[in-house]
Amino acid sequence: MNQYLLLLHDQKDFGNGLSADEIQRIIGEYVAWSERLRATGKLVGGQKLRDGEGRIVRERQGKTTVTDGPYSEGKEVIGGYFLVHAESYDEALALCKGNPHTKYGGTIELRCIDAMDESGG
Amino acid sequence: MTHGAHELVEHLFRTESGRMTAALVRILGARRIELAEEAVQEALVRALRAWPLAGVPRNPSAWLVASARNAALDQLRRERSQSPADREPGELGEVADGELDQLAAWTARAGQSYELVLDDEIADDTLQMMFLCCHPDVPPDARATLILKTVGGFHVSEIARAYLANEGAIAQRLVRAKQRLASGGPSFEWPSGRELVERLDAVLEALYLAFNEGYAALRGEELLRADLMREALRLASLLAAHPATRGPKVDALTALMCLQASRSRARVDDRGNVLLLEDQDRALWDQALIARGFRHLERAMVAHELSEYHVEAGLAACHAAAPSFAETRWERIVFFYDAALERADSPLVRLNRAVAIAMRDGVWAGLAELDALDGDPQLARFYLFFAVRGELLRRAGRFERAAADFERALELPCSAPERELTQRRRAACRPSAASRAESI
Repeated sequence: MNQYLLLLHDQKDFGNGLSADEIQRIIGEYVAWSERLRATGKLVGGQKLRDGEGRIVRERQGKTTVTDGPYSEGKEVIGGYFLVHAESYDEALALCKGNPHTKYGGTIELRCIDAMDESGG
Repeated sequence: MTHGAHELVEHLFRTESGRMTAALVRILGARRIELAEEAVQEALVRALRAWPLAGVPRNPSAWLVASARNAALDQLRRERSQSPADREPGELGEVADGELDQLAAWTARAGQSYELVLDDEIADDTLQMMFLCCHPDVPPDARATLILKTVGGFHVSEIARAYLANEGAIAQRLVRAKQRLASGGPSFEWPSGRELVERLDAVLEALYLAFNEGYAALRGEELLRADLMREALRLASLLAAHPATRGPKVDALTALMCLQASRSRARVDDRGNVLLLEDQDRALWDQALIARGFRHLERAMVAHELSEYHVEAGLAACHAAAPSFAETRWERIVFFYDAALERADSPLVRLNRAVAIAMRDGVWAGLAELDALDGDPQLARFYLFFAVRGELLRRAGRFERAAADFERALELPCSAPERELTQRRRAACRPSAASRAESI
């Protein structure tokens, strides 16, 4: 069993034109999804990343530079992530399907966590 | 942060929006109503970005309040840091320290237990906000909309859908109203004396309008219309319970809303057709709402004079109290129409009264009343006058005259279900159908 990371890319202006009722309903859809996964033991966890801040660290010719990040020029930002258990990309994709994120214009980047073992595989 | 969505109270976000907007306007003043609304919207959007990932917080209301406060503070600090020359025209700039302190105190208390501790304060904020929305400076046609938006937490698009109106037109109406509020005159305080009475009347009228938008048959979206009615009823109940605003007239309006709303489920059939009182399944009437309506009506009856809400509530109560259509106390209905005529003579009320007379004393008595109204210029253009007279003539067995009246009714504007009903009745005037019609 592997762990898969769901990186959630958001539309930056998502939610601005929505009514209070719609916002509550959409939150309900997400929570229903994560509760369903939690109930089947598939959900490891999820966290939101802080909006509009971060640091980018680089080293050039022995000199470390720190700049403000993330790259906020684009229309999409990484809003947060979920971590799930799955046997394969196919199963992980199937789990993504019920997540409302893509329905509302967001993008999910799915990556398998590469579990290192002693044999160097 | 592990609470499920099912623990979120229905319409929590909408209700909290109204409360938060009112509280922010209290703290920051009517001139900053736009900022208050933006801060509240931002708080909701922040929840939308955070809760799906991190879970619903243990105290959702307190979370939203803290978030709205932070959004408001951010905006105020930005304003403050701008030099006067950089400010947009109309922007206010000066932010008093007192305002910032009050903002901080707002969430400090909210963090303890927003819902339990501050109920009185919430009621005060909500009611004062309604008074502000009905300030004489605010155009009368915008007041109900402004209340629904700011106090009710409805979105412009939702109001437009419920009103079956153009969203741009509703938005324009709100912009104009808020400009008036921002211009500096109106304050977020209880009016007093004569002004309180006048402003309360305006508030009642706005709620009555909002409720009727919800009640009007077959217009707009069903669910939203029900929400509108529920919200108008909630706000009227707040007025009826508060020491500063309660009184017979408020009770009469609240009674009216309870009694009308009690029939919601019975008013349309499975295919969405409107059912007349006569054809409704009375088992579907909401008895709890009816009982509440009668409690308010009882309190309303201590009044020295009957308001228009008394009359309408009285009429609704006559129907609510009748176990069946046949057992309706028509003499009481006639009494309330007489009371309405005493307040203000109107051909429309006389038309309704004629129907009640027909039910009380027989079709010929009703027809005699209608004869007296024949030629009234307002009724001559009103389909219902001819539809009603046609129906009474049909019941009296005067099928030719009845058919002629139904024809005239169909030439005048009316809704699709009304047209359909009139056509059915006209068809029942043919000789072959006559014997069947007699028994109806």
